Amino acid sequence: MAPVDKSKVPWWVSNLIVPLVNLTLALLVSGLFIFIAGENPYEAVRLIIYGSFGYIEGFAYTLYYTTNFVFTGLAFAVAFHCRLFNIGGEGQAYIGGLGVFLVAINFSFLPVPIIWLLSIAGAVVFGAAWAFIPAYLQATRGSHVVITTIMFNFIAASLMVFLLVDVIRDTAQMGPHTIALPEEQWFPSFKDFAALFGIKIRYSPLNISFLLAIAASVFVWFLVWKTRWGYEMRAVGHNTQAAIYAGISPYKNIIIAMCISGGLAGLLGVNEILGVHHKIVAGFPAGYGFTGIAVALMGRNHPIGIFPAAFLFGILYQGGSEVTFDMPNITRYMFVAVQGVIILFSGALENLFRPQIESFFVNRLNMKANA
Amino acid sequence: MVSPILELTNINKSFGHVHANKNINLKINKGTIHGIIGENGAGKSTLMSIVFGLYQANSGTIKVNGKEINLKSPKDSITNGIGMVHQHFMLVENFTVLENIILGFEGELVFGKNLEKAKKDLKNLCDTYKLNIDLNSTISDLSVGFRQRVEILKSLYRGAEILILDEPTGVLTPQEVDELFKILRSLKDEGKTIVLITHKLIEIMDLTSEVSVMRQGEMVGHTKTANTNKEQLAEMMVGRSVLLRLDKSQLKAGEVLFKVKNLTVKDDLDVTRVKNVDLEIRAGEILGLAGVTGNGQTELLEALSGIRKVESGEIYLEGKKVSDSQNFLDPRELKDKGLAHVPEDRQRMGLVTDFKAYENLIFGYHDQQPFSKSSVLNHSDIISHSKKIMEEYDVRPQSPNLITSNFSGGNQQKIILSRELNENPKVLLVGQPTRGVDIGAIEFIHQRLIDMRDRGAAILLVSVELDEVLSLSDRIVVMFDGKIVGEKDNKNVTDRELGLLMAGVV
Repeated sequence: MAPVDKSKVPWWVSNLIVPLVNLTLALLVSGLFIFIAGENPYEAVRLIIYGSFGYIEGFAYTLYYTTNFVFTGLAFAVAFHCRLFNIGGEGQAYIGGLGVFLVAINFSFLPVPIIWLLSIAGAVVFGAAWAFIPAYLQATRGSHVVITTIMFNFIAASLMVFLLVDVIRDTAQMGPHTIALPEEQWFPSFKDFAALFGIKIRYSPLNISFLLAIAASVFVWFLVWKTRWGYEMRAVGHNTQAAIYAGISPYKNIIIAMCISGGLAGLLGVNEILGVHHKIVAGFPAGYGFTGIAVALMGRNHPIGIFPAAFLFGILYQGGSEVTFDMPNITRYMFVAVQGVIILFSGALENLFRPQIESFFVNRLNMKANA
Repeated sequence: MVSPILELTNINKSFGHVHANKNINLKINKGTIHGIIGENGAGKSTLMSIVFGLYQANSGTIKVNGKEINLKSPKDSITNGIGMVHQHFMLVENFTVLENIILGFEGELVFGKNLEKAKKDLKNLCDTYKLNIDLNSTISDLSVGFRQRVEILKSLYRGAEILILDEPTGVLTPQEVDELFKILRSLKDEGKTIVLITHKLIEIMDLTSEVSVMRQGEMVGHTKTANTNKEQLAEMMVGRSVLLRLDKSQLKAGEVLFKVKNLTVKDDLDVTRVKNVDLEIRAGEILGLAGVTGNGQTELLEALSGIRKVESGEIYLEGKKVSDSQNFLDPRELKDKGLAHVPEDRQRMGLVTDFKAYENLIFGYHDQQPFSKSSVLNHSDIISHSKKIMEEYDVRPQSPNLITSNFSGGNQQKIILSRELNENPKVLLVGQPTRGVDIGAIEFIHQRLIDMRDRGAAILLVSVELDEVLSLSDRIVVMFDGKIVGEKDNKNVTDRELGLLMAGVV
């Protein structure tokens, strides 16, 4: 088949229709899984929708998951614009959480809003620092970030276990977690907000970090497309030779892009520690860092795409737990498989049907233009 | 009359708008060494890639031994006895010679009998043609000359009767060239047919019995080598098309703005590409640098613009030293000092093709006022600036928001030129300003360069197009094998003289 002239493809075909077709296919295949497992796929879809939208706490859970995916998705996207495949979001988020906690606990004498700002800064600095080492090695030695960042995930996990067991453990108990932060430092939760308006709801982990996720999305959009930094990062990513010609340093930009990426991943720690656990719990990043890669790829590395993609994964997480609760044949792992199928279709197989779909629409539009 | 072993009739091949091969006819006789000569971009490599099945011709027929064949892939060519040694070798570096040669022709799952047979056959071939290759050495341990022999051996092992060599001497030392020629002669003596693609006249005269000349996609002549001479071939190769003379005012050269002293530059593979070059360019003067591609022009331009490190020697801008092997300014610092650079390869270096046009129109100047204020890009100023210079330089379509790869080659070139010229640089380095650009745009670009000169800029024009160098330059230097081999005043030089210098004849 002849390649399609990319300039003739309308933006909504490549950015809306193609992802939607991929998603539909993924859901059809997932439905097949559920059918084979002996449950009714239609009923499963109903449960997913009910679980994630049907009641206020369920919806709050969906948005809480969305928050985490936005942070890690943005993190991946920023590095990717410099053509760096940062798969170390998991470790950077973990270390970012350490930053949040250390700042909050050590500056507890300050007014609470200032502690929050400093903690957010702590998350960014710690996450960025964890990304800096692979970035430096990539920039100076050419050590590929895919390899180094994934190794740094393991190092982060081991380091945190060591700290949580031997150094910063709450000594009043035996579990690998720290003492809790003073209650006044906790982020206001969605429940608290609802209470302000006299609405009583049950607990959900959704908190004002959601607003931080929106702010981070705006920040990334501004950084990548409106600032000199983003411009230079993209130039290095798309054509390193040309960047050198224009006097843009690949070395500097690789480090900047990775540090911003790591800082964004670190923000996940804000949500989890100030908003949810109020202490460091072993393993709190729980795979969000990896799922963020799929979120970014599905969202085409643009905040406007990442937000809905994160929301979709939020629905799957929350709705999925509803399904596993109500359908005995569907285990939690079944839903990990469903996520895997979605990642497969919207990430790895993203271009499977793209040529067909694009040429279909281009031909259609040509026919209309000629008629 | 012997019947030709390879016969091409009316071969045509186009890439987009570029007609790379026009109605090519060629007959190659068995047991001869046949040279195909022409400037870069004349269509030699395209033609041979068609014969080797890498490209498919748009029309025309290919006959081997009088039988018409249909070549869809290199595999078809190999079965028809055609082998090719590429300019860039196709070898697996960490495999041994033997492993490379049997690659794809292993013939059995567990090596045993076939391997032994292959070894014996290869030994015989090596002995017959005096190739002198150790089959068990690893490719990465071999010199370039030996790697080339491995390629030749590979073709022979696969049954090649016709062997095509694409610019085989470009990467070799003179001694290696002698060795290669010995091998080629012994191949000919054993009845093999050799097609030698080159732009070097000496090789044609030394080695071939017949020669065909290509120019701008056309076959412009065939002759027996014995019946011709270098001068005649150079004339055919360069062509005597009427020069497009531009309206150019008298030279009013001022002080020396740009000076290069004893410059030596190495490429990424640590090969010395620029050898002790001296240049001087005055204000209001265009210095043309002619030469066949690959003789060091690329590395010279890169060194002068701060992209590549200087090995030894000095570069002066307005009398002040800007670069030597110890201290050198980077491209941005040189830009700030008034040096602009239009690179030879616009897509590889001059542009980010995935960027929108307006992003490329500020590329390299994006950190300056008014495009960027405290690191934030000033979108509205950038757009209005882009619209203005797109109109001034007639970039079509005039849409700053269009992705750059959607512009034609000529308009991409105009984007770069407008960006660099708009800054009114004191020194302008231009590489291949009109490569792949249509005629209308060529004239426009030439006029702009003349305007720059008349405003007092010092311009270094590097081009493989002799016509271009002749019509624009005030003075011309010729580069061959990294050295400046001649300097001519434009008033009293002919294209033939330059052609000879470019081919390294005199």
